[in-house]
Amino acid sequence: MSGYLLNRLGQALFVLWAAFTISFVLLQAMPGDAVLIKFQNPELGLNPQQIADIRASYAADSAIWVQYLQTIGRFLTGNFGYSVQAGVPVSTMLAAHLPATLKLASLGFILAAVFAVAIAFVSSLTPFAWLRGAIQSVPSLFISIPTFWLGIMLIQIFSFRLKLVPVINPGPWQELILPVITLAVPIAAPLAQVLVRNIDDVLTRPFVAVARAKGATRHWVLWRHVAKNALLPTLTIAGVLFGELIAGAVVTETVFGLNGIGGLTERAVGSQDAAVLQAIVVLSALAFVIINLIVDLLFPVLDPRLRTKAGATA
Amino acid sequence: MTTFDTVHDDIIAPGRGHGAGRRLSLPLLIRRLPPGLALSWLVLAIAFLWAVAPSLFTSYNPLEGVGGEQLRRPDASHLLGTDALGRDLYARIVYGAVHSLTGAFVAVALGLVIGTGLGVVAGSVRRRVDDAIMRLVDVLLSIPPLLLSLSIIILLGFGTVNAAIAVGLTSVAGFARLARSEVVRVRRSDYVEAAFGSGGTFTSVLRRHVLPNSLTSVLAIAALHFGSAVLQISTLGFLGYGAPPPTPEWGLLIAEGRNYISTAWWLTTAPGVIVVLVVLAANRVSQSFGKVPA
Repeated sequence: MSGYLLNRLGQALFVLWAAFTISFVLLQAMPGDAVLIKFQNPELGLNPQQIADIRASYAADSAIWVQYLQTIGRFLTGNFGYSVQAGVPVSTMLAAHLPATLKLASLGFILAAVFAVAIAFVSSLTPFAWLRGAIQSVPSLFISIPTFWLGIMLIQIFSFRLKLVPVINPGPWQELILPVITLAVPIAAPLAQVLVRNIDDVLTRPFVAVARAKGATRHWVLWRHVAKNALLPTLTIAGVLFGELIAGAVVTETVFGLNGIGGLTERAVGSQDAAVLQAIVVLSALAFVIINLIVDLLFPVLDPRLRTKAGATA
Repeated sequence: MTTFDTVHDDIIAPGRGHGAGRRLSLPLLIRRLPPGLALSWLVLAIAFLWAVAPSLFTSYNPLEGVGGEQLRRPDASHLLGTDALGRDLYARIVYGAVHSLTGAFVAVALGLVIGTGLGVVAGSVRRRVDDAIMRLVDVLLSIPPLLLSLSIIILLGFGTVNAAIAVGLTSVAGFARLARSEVVRVRRSDYVEAAFGSGGTFTSVLRRHVLPNSLTSVLAIAALHFGSAVLQISTLGFLGYGAPPPTPEWGLLIAEGRNYISTAWWLTTAPGVIVVLVVLAANRVSQSFGKVPA
């Protein structure tokens, strides 16, 4: 078991290092750099010598591998560098923007889970085939809706037509209602698809037939026997959901003007602020790796059948 | 991990039937098509025609507005209304198809060629190269797709083609995984071993047996990626990283309509509905090709 653990940890560290390297290559090799964009502006009245000094202070001109080693050293000590545009350390910016995103993301995820479970269970409990078909096509519809458009439509309908949610000066919770719904939709879709598939799959197993034959009702079978077995495999798409969550946050925060990591990302791309974007990429790769590590380690705990195999499959 | 789509077995069955057995004539095939699938093909065909010959569908100019016709509601002369400059929205959507669809085509082609290439190599060659490629794929999968495409956009700059490349590169990992698993699956089958046994060389067996048999699921996922590429490109367009205004790209149309959200609902609603329809159609067609990995 400890061999398996070490192996998984080593893999995780490798993926993290490689993600850092890829993002470094992509973002530091870029043609226009942030220092020039900000200080080349003629209105600032800087002469070439001054610009060169500023570039030297950001170490923008040293050899690429020197920058690489320096950056990796800084990241390891938790220093993500300076945002050239904002003039503050990236870690300060991230810390300031993280709470808003965490709140949005956790609420969005909870709502998505509720949506997905509702879709999956209602569709398998419903006695009418047409209703079942209709409910089961909801996830494919959800997947096909552009998140940014959904946000705009929600504003249009609930704020402007029905005037249910105020656009100007909403309360701290009111302003979260529409963004949370917007974010929940793209996350609920893959979750519901996997759930529906798993439930259908488990319902065909012999033990379900046995339980039914013993006189258990459909509800009883679904909650007591099927739910446990169907929920477990959804853990495997945790990483995919995290990606959806990040993309959803960028779009949702942009549409609703929320001040979180997503909005920060959008502005960083607009101003080619590589330092900020790289920190965000590396941190989300870190989160992805940790999530998958937890899922892998949790699986044998949740599913006793895997406990004996865990060491062998490593 | 490849999961099989159990929900849509009803659609798969006839597809497999005609693939394996006798060939059906085209009219018969069309009559046997489920209505939803037929509708999906129709949506894709119309969108494709919009991209190829937009002038057949509308007589309005998508870039120049008509004076005095600003922000008209949808009516008989302007099917989907007009925008703040008096430009016909329907014309802008029709002319925008070429930007959105070409972008999606480029993205899928890029992902398909690079991803499938990597996957086939990984699935066919020795362990070490296989391990190296699949590690790279793992790494690509660990970066959220939108962040990866934003990083590539920072590198390449804004624009339709750059956005398409950025979206395409995010799908490389998915294609590579699928192609590898397909090649590995087909490689283990008896007839491929028989082909090797009867003196087939590595490349000839790969070309004659492995590739054609892996193609169905690769095509299915290509159609699926086409839908998601349309979505992602419109997202990048909406964020302002795609084609610059006044290009009538669909995402950009929605972004522009956003400023008139309280007065002109049609400006955001119509292009969004078109995107949803095209993506739904692409996903439906992809399902009909056979199994679609989750």
